Amino acid sequence: MLLIHCPYCQEDRPELEFANAGEAHIVRPKNMDEMSDEDFEAMFFIRDNPKGVNLERWRHAFGCGRFFNAIRNTVSDKFLKVYKAGEPRPSDEEIAELLK
Amino acid sequence: MTAQNDQPFRVKGRGALSRAGTIEFTFDGKTYQGLEGDTLASALLANGVHLMGRSFKYHRPRGVLAAGVEEPNALVGISRDKARHTPNVRASVQELYDGLAATSQNRFPSLNFDIGSVNSLMSPFFPAGFYYKTFKWPAKAWDKLYEPFIRRAAGLGDAPTESDPDRYANRYAHCDVLIIGGGAAGLLAAREAAKKKQSVILCDENPQMGGYLLSDSDVEIEGLSGPAWAASVVAELKKLDNVRLLTRTTGFGYFQQNMVGLVESVTDHLSTPPADLPRERMWQVRAKKVVIAQGAIERHMVFPGNDRPGIVLAGAAQTWLNRYGVTVGDRAGVFTACDTAYAAAFDLYEAGTEIAAIIDTRSQVGDDLLAQAKELGIEVFTGAAVAATTGNLRVNGMTVKTATGEEKQFDIDSLIMSAGWTPSLHLYSQSRGKPVWDEASQRFLPGHSPQNCVTIGACNGAQDLATVFAEAAKAVGAKPTKITVKDDVSLAGGVIGTTGPAADKGKAFVDFQNDVTAKDIKLAVREGMHSIEHVKRYTTNGMATDQGKLSNMHGLAIAANMLDKPIPQVGLTTFRAPYTPTTFGSFVAHTRGSLFDPSRHTPIHDWAAENGAAFEPVSLWKRAWYFPQAGEDMHEAVDRECRTVRTTAGVFDASTLGKIEVVGPDAAAFMNIMYTNGWDKLKPGRAKYGIMLREDGFIYDDGVVGKLSDNRFHVTTTTGGAPRVLNHMEDYLQTEFPDMRVWLTSTTEQWATIAVQGPKAREIIKPLVSGADISNEKFPHMSVVECKVCGVPARLFRISFTGELGFEINVPADYGRAVWETVWERAEPLGACAYGTEAMHVMRAEKGYIIVGQDTDGTVTPHDAGLTWAVAKSKPDFVGKRGLQRPDLMADGRRQLVGLKTTDPKTVLEEGAQIVDDPEQPIPMKMLGFVTSSYWSGTLGQSIAMALIEGGADRMGEKLYVPMPDGAIEVEVTGTVFYDPKGEKLHG
Repeated sequence: MLLIHCPYCQEDRPELEFANAGEAHIVRPKNMDEMSDEDFEAMFFIRDNPKGVNLERWRHAFGCGRFFNAIRNTVSDKFLKVYKAGEPRPSDEEIAELLK
Repeated sequence: MTAQNDQPFRVKGRGALSRAGTIEFTFDGKTYQGLEGDTLASALLANGVHLMGRSFKYHRPRGVLAAGVEEPNALVGISRDKARHTPNVRASVQELYDGLAATSQNRFPSLNFDIGSVNSLMSPFFPAGFYYKTFKWPAKAWDKLYEPFIRRAAGLGDAPTESDPDRYANRYAHCDVLIIGGGAAGLLAAREAAKKKQSVILCDENPQMGGYLLSDSDVEIEGLSGPAWAASVVAELKKLDNVRLLTRTTGFGYFQQNMVGLVESVTDHLSTPPADLPRERMWQVRAKKVVIAQGAIERHMVFPGNDRPGIVLAGAAQTWLNRYGVTVGDRAGVFTACDTAYAAAFDLYEAGTEIAAIIDTRSQVGDDLLAQAKELGIEVFTGAAVAATTGNLRVNGMTVKTATGEEKQFDIDSLIMSAGWTPSLHLYSQSRGKPVWDEASQRFLPGHSPQNCVTIGACNGAQDLATVFAEAAKAVGAKPTKITVKDDVSLAGGVIGTTGPAADKGKAFVDFQNDVTAKDIKLAVREGMHSIEHVKRYTTNGMATDQGKLSNMHGLAIAANMLDKPIPQVGLTTFRAPYTPTTFGSFVAHTRGSLFDPSRHTPIHDWAAENGAAFEPVSLWKRAWYFPQAGEDMHEAVDRECRTVRTTAGVFDASTLGKIEVVGPDAAAFMNIMYTNGWDKLKPGRAKYGIMLREDGFIYDDGVVGKLSDNRFHVTTTTGGAPRVLNHMEDYLQTEFPDMRVWLTSTTEQWATIAVQGPKAREIIKPLVSGADISNEKFPHMSVVECKVCGVPARLFRISFTGELGFEINVPADYGRAVWETVWERAEPLGACAYGTEAMHVMRAEKGYIIVGQDTDGTVTPHDAGLTWAVAKSKPDFVGKRGLQRPDLMADGRRQLVGLKTTDPKTVLEEGAQIVDDPEQPIPMKMLGFVTSSYWSGTLGQSIAMALIEGGADRMGEKLYVPMPDGAIEVEVTGTVFYDPKGEKLHG
């Protein structure tokens, strides 16, 4: 079982307390009415399924209840970084640094 | 019946067991004697019994091969009673207790005479890949012939016939260092870590710590014998508070972030398990550091006829002799490719067993070993091999091919063998480490550790105790300590793969448990299996319950040799948890029966139970389904409940409805986003039916929402939907609209909800309500008011899920039952009834009210469901608004919700039944849709149904058909509102 660090609680807690909430940094546009069908498809349906670094959302569902973002290596299942919802996506350089 | 003999193969002066501890046990109904501390295998061997099982495929007679968990052959059933029968227990692991009852497996009618062994004669017809080749065609033969055959042939042993009465415990533990394996390496690591004041857990699968030290008669450590040294370290560790010693405890699985699963066997070795002890205890250990000291497993030699009872691993023979005082026979042959078998042979010789000869495949053997053999008068053939053996139920001879090609015959009653030692990489591999091939020693060894984990000792490739101790100290960060070791035997050397010139003749077994021979592996390669993963699956090598502990390396070497490729290029199969078979009970622990899943009860549950309700599960809730009166079946009870509600009134426990309090200055704006409806114009004190969509435009949930004030909404959800609806709302609030000043609280369990429905509903509750005027004028349909009911603060809704005049009283849950009983005291004399979920379902279907998840399935839009009126298209945004514009969602011919009436009013359709327009069309028919809800309506005197049908809204009045096994049922498409379409009763 994974231990996941909740950036709000600032604690390592067991995986059982968390729920994965899919890919991170997908922004719901303000002007959805104007979106083309292709853009809507890309926004709502199309997801990356990378082998390796994945930026994803988690919710500390049975803890503080907050949503947050995480960078996880899907090969090793290692969490490279967790950060609060709303914080910017780490740059590729920063992610590369985490992988070292 | 008492035992007939007196353990003829028990050797005086050998082993750690005492004759004073003589106990009795049975094997296949026959009584034997053994000693306390024996394993079942050692006790049977003491009685001269080698034959302990039959092999899986060929039903060949098999003896015990190994003295530990790697044993592939001697699998037995251990029974305490019908419910406590454990199949496939390794006789080499099962500790003997007084009265133990064991039975052999995979034989009929008896172990000595087994009809299934004709499979062995048929073996030319059971080659590798037999199943793939044979059970291909014709397809028709699957049901009747192939599947029953495979099912009968598959599976070892018998499952118990009753449910498991034992208890299993579960514990979590944390420590600085978890050491897996209590042999020389593990013991020293624990001692050094303990000195550094680290918290230590040391576990070992055996009843005693010491590992191979307990089997070695020669070694001396710090001036003590192996067993004495181990005992002294254990005694020292036992005194320490920072060390937990767990014996009979197997590290079976290594998971992420240094979480290791251990299973402790607590009572399986006891004659009469105390009632207060669990049978097993699962430990989930999270360790800062893990030290793996699993040791090594001795390999067998792969030669023709290597599987006859009496042929055992040399290390096992040594263990039985030096720990249990049991010799494997009177006259033993020795077949080896490494040094350790010599030590075993010399020990046996000293114990009075004649050694027929030592056959060593190596042409160069150490002078000291040869000298010692010569001194004892034991003949050694170097560069030689055993070419064949004889004997049916027990080996009785071996044919040796000498270095010069000469054949020699030896009479023997046992044969000990060693092809060298395989480092156990199981847990290292489970930790996601990648084993690395060491060309010099022809072994896979642990490479880099991806977790904070160190492998030490024999599993790390150490071949002598000096190295073992050095690795152990280093692993826990201690300085190397000088430990004197005398008379140590090196584990070096050995062979992998087949041995000797005759290896291709006869059956040279690689995998004993699955009956895989060297020939099978070669055949698999010839037939195109070039990866070890394919060879494994084609031959089933290493796929038995022992997971190839003995066979994997041999199989790999044979395949690599055939392919003429280096071993690492052929690959190593991945080791999976569990290391050894682990009971379901230990995983399940307490979570069974009523503890399997939480069962949620409303505050009114007990009243319903006391009043004879039948219950149905709805998500985790138990809901009152119907309240049968004397002599009523479900159908009659539901008819009566519906009739009573429609003519008088009924009281219904709606407490399970999900409830969410949406509060804050931006509450209405947030509701505008989450629901399709408009909320700005709704006045406080009014309620509205709301629909929630997903972003893709499909219905996600629905429910009535009451507006209590401009910044407070009482939202209800479906019973099963409450958690996901709250999650959905929180998601948008936290991540898309974090600036909105809104707070969400789950209040499902804070409110008990009592629905009072029917023409007399107002009459029933009126005297109980204070602080509100509930007249039709002041409190019309879809109203909400905060008031008091029975003097208790309440939120009273005027709503209806039945189509009748209706109220829903929400009171704090603690008052739920008291208020319910007070309502009931007024309702019952007026002729009202308590009704359950089934009557509720019938009445809502009569009104065409949908149930999300029953009449919708995640592909239904509000328009499809006939709820277009509930979508406020003029709103700038709501979740699902853009999704609804997708071309497919606006296309013609979508499935739409309609009503169905059967032409024969008495026929009730099956929910889920498919609908076609022409029942005579050829199969496969074109399905137009399916039935979502279907009931008998006593009120209407006919069956009613709802269905999702292509272009349903345009099919009103059409005749369609529901094909069933006994003929098609004719139906007419109608609207969904069957009862009181004008809603006159609702507003009454």
